[in-house]
Amino acid sequence: MAINNHKKLVLGAWIAAIVVIAAFFAAAYALSGGPATPVPSPLTGVYPGKGKKCVAPVAVMRRYHMQFLLHQRDLTVHEGVRTKRFLLTNCVDCHADPKTHSVLGKHGFCASCHAYAAVQIDCFSCHSPHPERVTTAFADDLAPQHSRLAEMVKATAITQIQSDPVDGSQ
Amino acid sequence: MSIDRRQFLAVGGAVVASAALAPGMRLIELAQARSPDQAVSNLQRWGMLVDTTRCSEGCSACVTACNKENGLEQDIRLDIRPQWIRKVTLRDENTGYVQTLPMMCQHCEEPPCADVCPTGASFRRADGIVLVDRHICIGCRYCMMACPYKARSFVHENLTDQRAEIPRGKGTVEACNLCVHRVDEGRIPACVEACNADGGKALAFGDINDPASDIAKRLATQQSAEIRADLDLNTGVRYQGL
Amino acid sequence: MKSIDFREIEGRSLGYYALLAFFGVLVLIGLAAAYYMETNGHHVTGMNNQIVWGMPHVFAVFLIVSASGVLNVASIASVFGRVMYKPLTRLSGLLAITLLIGGLCVLVLDLGKPDRLIVAMTIYNFKSIFAWNIFLYTGFIAVVAIYLWMMIERRMNVYTRPAGLLAFIWRLTLTTGTGSIFGFLIARQAYDSALLAPMFIIMSFAFGLAIFILYTMSAYSLTGRPLGDEILRRLKNLLGVFVASVLYFVLVYHLTNLYMTAHHDFEKFILLDGGVYTALFWIGQVLIGGVLPLVILYHPRLGHSRRMIALGAALVLVGAFCQIYVIIIGGQAFPLLLFPGKVVSSSFFDGVIGQYRPSLPEIALGIGGVAFALAMATFAIKILPFLPASLADADVDPHQTGTKATEAAHA
Repeated sequence: MAINNHKKLVLGAWIAAIVVIAAFFAAAYALSGGPATPVPSPLTGVYPGKGKKCVAPVAVMRRYHMQFLLHQRDLTVHEGVRTKRFLLTNCVDCHADPKTHSVLGKHGFCASCHAYAAVQIDCFSCHSPHPERVTTAFADDLAPQHSRLAEMVKATAITQIQSDPVDGSQ
Repeated sequence: MSIDRRQFLAVGGAVVASAALAPGMRLIELAQARSPDQAVSNLQRWGMLVDTTRCSEGCSACVTACNKENGLEQDIRLDIRPQWIRKVTLRDENTGYVQTLPMMCQHCEEPPCADVCPTGASFRRADGIVLVDRHICIGCRYCMMACPYKARSFVHENLTDQRAEIPRGKGTVEACNLCVHRVDEGRIPACVEACNADGGKALAFGDINDPASDIAKRLATQQSAEIRADLDLNTGVRYQGL
Repeated sequence: MKSIDFREIEGRSLGYYALLAFFGVLVLIGLAAAYYMETNGHHVTGMNNQIVWGMPHVFAVFLIVSASGVLNVASIASVFGRVMYKPLTRLSGLLAITLLIGGLCVLVLDLGKPDRLIVAMTIYNFKSIFAWNIFLYTGFIAVVAIYLWMMIERRMNVYTRPAGLLAFIWRLTLTTGTGSIFGFLIARQAYDSALLAPMFIIMSFAFGLAIFILYTMSAYSLTGRPLGDEILRRLKNLLGVFVASVLYFVLVYHLTNLYMTAHHDFEKFILLDGGVYTALFWIGQVLIGGVLPLVILYHPRLGHSRRMIALGAALVLVGAFCQIYVIIIGGQAFPLLLFPGKVVSSSFFDGVIGQYRPSLPEIALGIGGVAFALAMATFAIKILPFLPASLADADVDPHQTGTKATEAAHA
């Protein structure tokens, strides 16, 4: 008698488990909007950037931008190297959508492509997705070697801009 | 300690440059206008000198400037509000003498926070600035336990409107970084700027390794002290009138 | 010498599944709490910029310290050659591993960035005691696993002693590392003492043994296996020695501080006017966790009652929890001494006692870790032979020759 009860219990547990799993998949299917709707291209409606050309050929950037950013990040944080070419703030300054002032959002330069590729980005939990400072550093001004004079001029320009009231909010 | 090619070139360049200069000529331009592609070097050590006799109790220009410069949120519970710099009031237990001074990260030469950090996220840059590399900070808060100056804050909540130059985010530890983004551009920290403009001109900033700098001259000729000098941490921030 | 008959527990009763399900629910609640803390940030906990380590760290340190201590039972048999403890070695090793994993889970899930655990496992600063501990903890699990293998696999039995010796040395190092997390903090009055490392070791002896006694008594009572009085008597006497040693270390720690004028304010805070910390110290740690268990365990009549032994062990654990709370939270609550001879005040809580109220998610996370450790152990004794079929006196006492009980067990 006890053994029978035990078997029934196990059987019941199995059935319950199958029902729960089936319900889960059904819900996931329903929420996903049913069968294969074509995923829109990430580039429709995306603001490409205000510079004439990117800091490296587009194909190179698409493939290696993370490596560039990672390398630059360690140089900047640990050694104080702040060349603008692969600085994240420089990317944001150029690629932020003029309407939303952001690289995030549905048509955001970073967010749309990363959503398409299903790669999560962690940058913007700390970094601002909005451009803040006005920079003169566009593609034609991005030679890897900077003359010191040019940098000092730029630094002064930035100082002036920054000493104006900026509250940081967009 | 090993130096890589970049650092070697930086050191070599500085040596050649200083040899080429006429004796007595100030090196401040060289020190401050480091080119952006040049790594920081230990030829410099950034430091701050606080003249507590000029720091008045009602003034908090340095604190306001720091909060604004670094975008530190203020509408937040006091016990978790980030404070990179704070005004501390001291009253002598025996004599009743009251004074006030700003406290912040003291930028130790041997920072206990960097000693205890398991990943090396807390570190001291070659030019003496103690920083948190938030990319590898895991948020264990051991550095906050170890810091003798209570200089650090932990980001307790999601942030959304960080300033572009000051990346900050939930789950990492932060503290005064001597406005490293400004220093790298040859400018002085926001608190020092504000104190000299609106405050009592109690703060001075500069390269304490450069004998020609104002701060080094003052340190060489006037009395100054470290807080908790007993720990022998050789802090970059020093106080007068304590 | 007769062999010990280790057997898996049957583990098919409704009670067994209910117990596992109960642990499972607690683990799920703990995970939910961790997720809640993680998505919202630590502002939903009681922790703040003053009390940076809270309830999760109390639980984690409690589990990690106990984990190394619970291995002592095995060390007594393998390293010090006490035959009577031999039947207990496997359970001792098992609990050491599961308690450590439980504690580490709590610690890791409290991190500000737990998703960056991979960073902690790949980038090291070898001056950090935390970095050493990553190796000490993972190494401990590996060393004890090998030790268990030597004990369980018959062909490997000859290596039990060297493996046990290695595990014993490793566990002493591990607890030294845990104590040094605090002991090497020069900045704070409560820590900054080399005494903390040996004190943590003796604490681990007591806490681990108390957990071991309670787990063994529960397992043998729930499975209906015989548990003799003699083995319990030895264990509880040993526990008494350890509890007294903890009290001794606490006494020396505070006497050292009391001798130094610079530490008087801190001692006054913990011993006299620290409110909840003073109460936890005197009532929780000293009375409930020290004096009462000693009275119970060595009382000529109470000391022989199983219920009383279990109560004594439970009280030791209550006291253990209070002690770690006072060390971790109380130690942080006392303000840093920046300016000797000055009364300090600021908007950043300089010079004032830090305020901390444990929050529900923190406690749930901690309990989840304890439940996870117990669930793993309870599951493991079902799939591998960790528990002797009998711990009756006749089966474990080498001075008695074969009795009916042994024969029955071998039949």
